[in-house]
Amino acid sequence: MTTITTGTTGTVGSLKRGRMIARPLQYLALVLYMIFLGFPLLFLLTTAFKSSRELQSPTAGFLPTSFDWDNFVQAIDKANLVTAAGNSLIVAVCTTVLVTVIALPAAYALARFRTKLRGIATGWILLSQVFPFILIIIPLFLVLKNIGLINNLAGLVLVYTVWSMPFALWMLQGYVAGIPVELEEAGAMDGAGRLRTLRTIVLPLLAPGLVATSLFTFISAWNEFFFALVLIQDPNLQTLPLALARFVGAEGQVQLGQLAAASLLATIPSLVFFLLIQKRLTSGLLSGAVKG
Amino acid sequence: MTATVPVVIPKNGTGKSPKRRRRNRGGPAGGGGRDAWLLVLPALIPVVLFSVYPLLQGIFLGFTDARAGLNLPVNVNGIDNYVKLSGNTLFWSSFGIGLIWAFSVTILQFLASLGLALLLNLDLRMRWLARTLALVPWAMPPVIIAIMWRLMLNPTYGPINQSLRAVGLPSDINWLGNASIALPVVIVVGVWAGMPQTTITLLAGLQNVPTELHEAAAIDGASTWRRFWHVTLPALRPIIVAITTLDLIWNFNSFALVYVLTAGGPGGTTMLPMLFAYNEAFRYGDFGYAAAMGNVMVIVIAFFLFFYLRGQMRSRNS
Repeated sequence: MTTITTGTTGTVGSLKRGRMIARPLQYLALVLYMIFLGFPLLFLLTTAFKSSRELQSPTAGFLPTSFDWDNFVQAIDKANLVTAAGNSLIVAVCTTVLVTVIALPAAYALARFRTKLRGIATGWILLSQVFPFILIIIPLFLVLKNIGLINNLAGLVLVYTVWSMPFALWMLQGYVAGIPVELEEAGAMDGAGRLRTLRTIVLPLLAPGLVATSLFTFISAWNEFFFALVLIQDPNLQTLPLALARFVGAEGQVQLGQLAAASLLATIPSLVFFLLIQKRLTSGLLSGAVKG
Repeated sequence: MTATVPVVIPKNGTGKSPKRRRRNRGGPAGGGGRDAWLLVLPALIPVVLFSVYPLLQGIFLGFTDARAGLNLPVNVNGIDNYVKLSGNTLFWSSFGIGLIWAFSVTILQFLASLGLALLLNLDLRMRWLARTLALVPWAMPPVIIAIMWRLMLNPTYGPINQSLRAVGLPSDINWLGNASIALPVVIVVGVWAGMPQTTITLLAGLQNVPTELHEAAAIDGASTWRRFWHVTLPALRPIIVAITTLDLIWNFNSFALVYVLTAGGPGGTTMLPMLFAYNEAFRYGDFGYAAAMGNVMVIVIAFFLFFYLRGQMRSRNS
C-alpha cells in the first residue's frame, strides 16, 4: 500500500487511522473469546487439584493453594471408573480396527472406480444426519436383542462401526483421491503387481490420512453416549461417559474434585488424538470435498 | 455420534477436478465395476443391515402400537399415534422447546463463530492460543462438557456465583434449577460446545477467499464493513449455508449434553424432543409412540431445511 500515488493517500490514511482504532478492539474481542472458551477448561483443571476442604469453602480462591493429586487417586480408586475406562478402550480400539480394515478397500474403490456407489455413499452420509437417533435406536435395540447383543460390548462395537463407517469412508476416499493415479501406473509399468503397487506405493502415501481417520473414529467411539445409554445396562459393562453421567447424579454432588479429576482423565485420550490430527482433519476434508 | 462428525466443506469450483474416467488400470477391461463392488461390499453389508434397515423399520414402527417386552404382538394402527400425539400438550411444548433450542443455538453459534473466525483470520498475536482453545471443546465428550458446566454453574461452589458474590451482585442463582432461566443457560452451554466446529469450518472458508478481491475493494476505497458485506460474505455463502444447515440438524437432534445437564428439568423447561422421545421409549416402553415422535421430528426438520435451502438457492440465482 505504500506505493499508492498521492491521489489516494486520503483513503490510505483513513484506513490506517481505522486500523489504529480497530486493533485494540480486535484484541479485546479475542481476549473475551478466550475467556469464554478457556475459563471452563481452566476451572475444570484447577478444581481437579483442589482438596475437598478447599472446594467446600465459599471463600477459597480460584487457584488451588497446593497441587493435590488426591482427587485423581480417589477417582482411579473407584473401581467402576477403571472398569468403565477399560470398556471404553476395548470398544474404541475394536471399532477403530474394524472400521479401518473395512473402510480402506471400500474407500479405494470409491475413489478410483467412479461408480454410482459414490453418489449413494454421499447421499447416505447426508441423509443419516437428518434422522433423529430415536428412530434408529428402537429397531436396533430390538434387532440386537434378538441376536443377544444387548448388554454386550460386541453389540456396541457393531453399532459404532456401522455409524462411523460413512464418515471414515468419506475421509479416506478423499485421501486416496489425493494420491496421483500416475504413481500407480508407473508402478504397474515397472512390472509391479497390483497388490505390490498398493502396498509399496499407495499405502505409505495414505498412511497419514489413515492415521487421521483411525484416530477420528477412535474419538467418536470414546466420546459416544446415546447408543451406550440404551444398549448397555450392566454396570460392569458401562463405558466411561455412562459411568461419569451416573457419577454426576450419585456422588458427584458432593465429590466435586473427584468428578473434575475423572472428567479430565477421560478427556485426555480424545484431546491428545484430536490435537494430533486437527490440521489434517480440516485439510483432508477440504481436499476430500474438492478432489473427490 | 452426530455431534463430533467433521464437516465436509462444499467448494464452488468443483469443476477443477480432472475428468479422469479411466477405470481399471492394470485389470482386465470392464472388470472395474465388479472389483469396486467386491471392495465395497464388506462396508456395505453391515451399513445396510444395521443402519438402513433399522431406519426403515423405525419409520414403520411409528405406525404401529409396538411396546417393549417379549413377544408382544405388534399391530399396525395407521395414524392412531399421530392423532394421540396431536392432543399431547407435553409433547408439543417439548417440541417448541426443541425449536427454540435448535434455532437459538444455531444462530448464536454462527454469529459467535463468525466473529472468532474473522479474528483468527487476522494477523493477531496469541492467535495460536485462541485457535487451540477454540478446538478443545470439539474433542471433549459431550457428557464431560455437561459435567464441567454443571460444576461451573453449581449454585454454592460454582465460580460463576462466586464471581458474582465477589462483585456484590446477587449470588444465589440456581442456574440450572430455576425454570425461568434454565433454557437460556443450557443454550449458552450448547453454543460453547458447538462453536469449534463452526469456527474452524468458517475459518477454512475465509482462508479460501481470494485476497486480490479484498485488495481491489480496499483500493477502491471500500470501508472494512463494506468489504466484509460485499466481498467476504458472498464468497463465504456456500459454507455458511452448509454449516448452519448441519448445525440446525445436529442441535435439533442433540441429546447427551442436555440429558446430563438437566435431564429435561426443571419442570420440563429443557425437555428437548429427543429426551422426551427417549423417555417415552425406554422409560415407559412405548416404542411405537416414540417412533411416531421421531417421524414428526423428521418431517418438521425437513420442512425447515426445505424452505431454508430453497430460499438460499433462489437468492443465489437472482
